[in-house]
Amino acid sequence: MPRILKKTLTDIRSNRFLNLITIMTISLSILVVSIFMLFFENTSRILESRNHGGRAMVYFNAQFSPNMLAGVKDQLTALGSVDKMTFISKDAALARLEKEMGGKTRFLSTLKDNPLPHAMEISLASFSSFDQVRDLARRIEALDTVASVEYGQGWLGRFLKLFNLFKMTGYAMCSLFLLIALFITANTVRLAFYARRTEVEIMRLVGATEGFIKTPFYMEGILQGFLGGCLGVLILLIGYYTLLSGISQNLGAYVYLDIRFLSFPAIGIILFSSTFLGWFGCFLSLKQILK
Amino acid sequence: MSSDSRKADIIRLFNVSKRYGAKLALKDISLDIESGEFIIVSGPSGAGKSTLLKVLYLAERVSEGQILIDGMNLARISSGKLPFLRRRFGMIFQDFKLIPNRTVFENVALVLQVAGEKPSYIRKKVMHVLRTTGMEKKANHLPPTLSGGEQQRVAVARAVVGEPSIILADEPTGSLDEVSARIVLDLLLEYHRNGATILIASHNLGLLDSDVRGRHVALEDGQLKGISTMLC
Repeated sequence: MPRILKKTLTDIRSNRFLNLITIMTISLSILVVSIFMLFFENTSRILESRNHGGRAMVYFNAQFSPNMLAGVKDQLTALGSVDKMTFISKDAALARLEKEMGGKTRFLSTLKDNPLPHAMEISLASFSSFDQVRDLARRIEALDTVASVEYGQGWLGRFLKLFNLFKMTGYAMCSLFLLIALFITANTVRLAFYARRTEVEIMRLVGATEGFIKTPFYMEGILQGFLGGCLGVLILLIGYYTLLSGISQNLGAYVYLDIRFLSFPAIGIILFSSTFLGWFGCFLSLKQILK
Repeated sequence: MSSDSRKADIIRLFNVSKRYGAKLALKDISLDIESGEFIIVSGPSGAGKSTLLKVLYLAERVSEGQILIDGMNLARISSGKLPFLRRRFGMIFQDFKLIPNRTVFENVALVLQVAGEKPSYIRKKVMHVLRTTGMEKKANHLPPTLSGGEQQRVAVARAVVGEPSIILADEPTGSLDEVSARIVLDLLLEYHRNGATILIASHNLGLLDSDVRGRHVALEDGQLKGISTMLC
């Protein structure tokens, strides 16, 4: 193994310009993919925390009275997916409003009746998507005693449409960049193979197996993929800290952005993918050459 | 041929023909080569000398006929087993076929590396063979920095380092001056005296003036013109 690694490094050094271009191309592709992953990871986390892990507020209509609470709770439980229910009576809601508004509650004393409805705050047992919350909200709205359900459908719906559009664009761009990287890797291996054609021919003459001949090429592809992946993530890390320190220095007083760097599993997936990319490029190339 | 002598046959060719399109490079060649023999295959250019060697180490497959090497039928050798067959041969070519960007040591060591030998054994063995071929001091040189004669000595070292039972040499002195050719042939004769079966395809018979017994196989237009015993 050390001999093969040494040989691979020698081969990379002897073709350093070509290998450098390949590693740069892979790192650029991985950078694009990583940027999208960084965006998706952070957006998903913010969305989830904004939605408190899947919460909704059920507002009751005039037909509802607190003595119907037990029956309504049963109805809600029967719908499934509901984890916790907290009843907020109209008086409790008014008291909460007064507390939240602090000293600006004088106008409330002019009201003859409490205009706020009875409400129920519910959390979902296994929140996984916006669609799941929306489906449950629709079923709750169908109940006789319910006037409406608030789950952030206004802004969240619009944001998610935009998010999904961005996600699709992300998938398309990532696929395109990965294909380009795959093509470049495959071509580098092809060129390396042709450059070493005499060597391969001599190896065959002295009894080298196909595995012995191919292994350095695979090692080269794998190393290119791994180094390209590491470089891509490193560039992203530098960009991330540069951007973050720029924001905190210039806009820190006005903007609070909780942007986190890629999680370790995400970095692992990226490095594995780039390594696989290197291997696969090599595989395709050798398969075609040695056909 | 007696059964005893047949046991000693290392290479047997039965009515071997090789066709390249419409041209017959080898026509109906039958030949038995015993273990430890020294064979010179001669003939003018295009006689089929190189083709004969190529069909032996399976660089080419025969069009007709059969070849047995140590009882193994080459027609039945799969591509997966081919490398293992080739490890039984040591091969020398007119154009040396050395890897230009690898040192002399690395070129010779390649044979043992493909066979999966340990690095310590490879180092010891390669240095020993380089010593016997007089190339020890050039172990770290790259082939293009060596003379033709030196490169061919490296090729001889590579051919013998794996201790093959058969050495095939295709015009090994073809591109060398007389002194270098003499050194290379002497090396081959020395390995022959140590028991290796040697097949040399050459048109230069004048150099063979030592006291080794062998056979001379004459080819012309791909056909066997005659086999004679010689005191080379």
